[in-house]
Amino acid sequence: MDVQMIGAGLIVIGVGIGIGRIGGSAMEAIARQPEATNKIQTAMLIAAALIEGIGFAALFAA
Amino acid sequence: MYRLLRFILVVALLSPVVTSSVFANAEAHHGAPDKELTPEELRDENNAFVKHHTNDSHDFGIVSNEETGTHVGFPLPVILWDGSLHVFMSSAFEHGEKVVESKGNYYKLDTHDGKIYKTDEHGVVMTETTIDKKTKEETVHQLKPLDFSITKNVFVTIFMCILMFFLFKGIAKSYKTGLAPTGAAKFFEPIILFIRDEIAIPNIGEKAHKKYMVYLLTVFFFIWFLNLIGMTPLGINVTGNIAVTFVLAIFTFLITQFTGKKDYWMHIFWMPGVPVPMKIILIPIELIGLVVKPFALMIRLYANMLAGHIVLGALIAAVYFFDAYLAKTAFLGLTFFMNIIELLVAALQAYIFTMLTALYFGSAAAVHEEAH
Repeated sequence: MDVQMIGAGLIVIGVGIGIGRIGGSAMEAIARQPEATNKIQTAMLIAAALIEGIGFAALFAA
Repeated sequence: MYRLLRFILVVALLSPVVTSSVFANAEAHHGAPDKELTPEELRDENNAFVKHHTNDSHDFGIVSNEETGTHVGFPLPVILWDGSLHVFMSSAFEHGEKVVESKGNYYKLDTHDGKIYKTDEHGVVMTETTIDKKTKEETVHQLKPLDFSITKNVFVTIFMCILMFFLFKGIAKSYKTGLAPTGAAKFFEPIILFIRDEIAIPNIGEKAHKKYMVYLLTVFFFIWFLNLIGMTPLGINVTGNIAVTFVLAIFTFLITQFTGKKDYWMHIFWMPGVPVPMKIILIPIELIGLVVKPFALMIRLYANMLAGHIVLGALIAAVYFFDAYLAKTAFLGLTFFMNIIELLVAALQAYIFTMLTALYFGSAAAVHEEAH
């Protein structure tokens, strides 16, 4: 039980870092090229959703 | 300036709806217990509250008070297969207090896990003992009939199907008289166009997108409406049920496989443009990928919606947990904020499901002209 909790914590840290990096990079990209906002947002959401999916799958395994 | 005004107007119009749903949720919880509860009892009670609101059930309960034993709601039909067909209304259980007799068999509703068990006439659950041949270990099973009941989730799903059928039938009809949208079409036309122009065409392609539009639109509105009805204080949680998302993901999987063109299978079994040893290594990886994609779709929607409901339930429980009025007010504000976020998530999850489905369809329908 305790080991699983540590595992779940590690997963959340990993997913948090991943989605945070995507969000940060998207912010930077939008600041550089505001006219491409829509495309960047779409790509950001897809990437975030994919990472989230893996995170949830791992959480269920833990 | 106009945009800001519009935003404020929308929030102002939405806020009574959202706050009333918060209060109604809280009211449904329990009518202010006067007796002192230990932290463990409180925790158990909160867990039961969250479970009650996220799990499926055999009746459509709206408000219930455990202390006085009053329940407001309506019963739903129970359909059991146990050698023969048993059909009766769930009101016969009287919320788990009574044993129901049907064609010589006796059934009881367990209020803790919401499942129906086979019992004898005194309400003792029948058991069956099986012995493992290898380990000689005895395991005791509690007997359960096959349950095909119209439960709350099934009821809401059927209701939503009927609602969507008439809504979109009406929208389609409104275009017969002229191209300008009227009525509900005014609201839904931009959303339908968004799915076509921003999701289907960029991912699937100008030529092939048309035959997939039917499924994409259906799945988007189905998930979105079910997510939204889950935000009402009725305690509905259809998209947070893994069986529902499993079936949705299976549909996406089957459509992807059965509409896959030559190039799609080529990329799975004989990846072009890489050396032969690499091709052989890639076959199992691609085959695993086939299954992982719908699996991730299923888990994402299920986990997001369930987690949202649990967080909301925990926040509402926290309003009752604290005695200080400052803390109560703070948690009420937080619940309101979470409700708004969940409204966003309801649309976002529908969008992401549709988007990824379109992405998989795109890979199935892609035709590569140039050699890799």
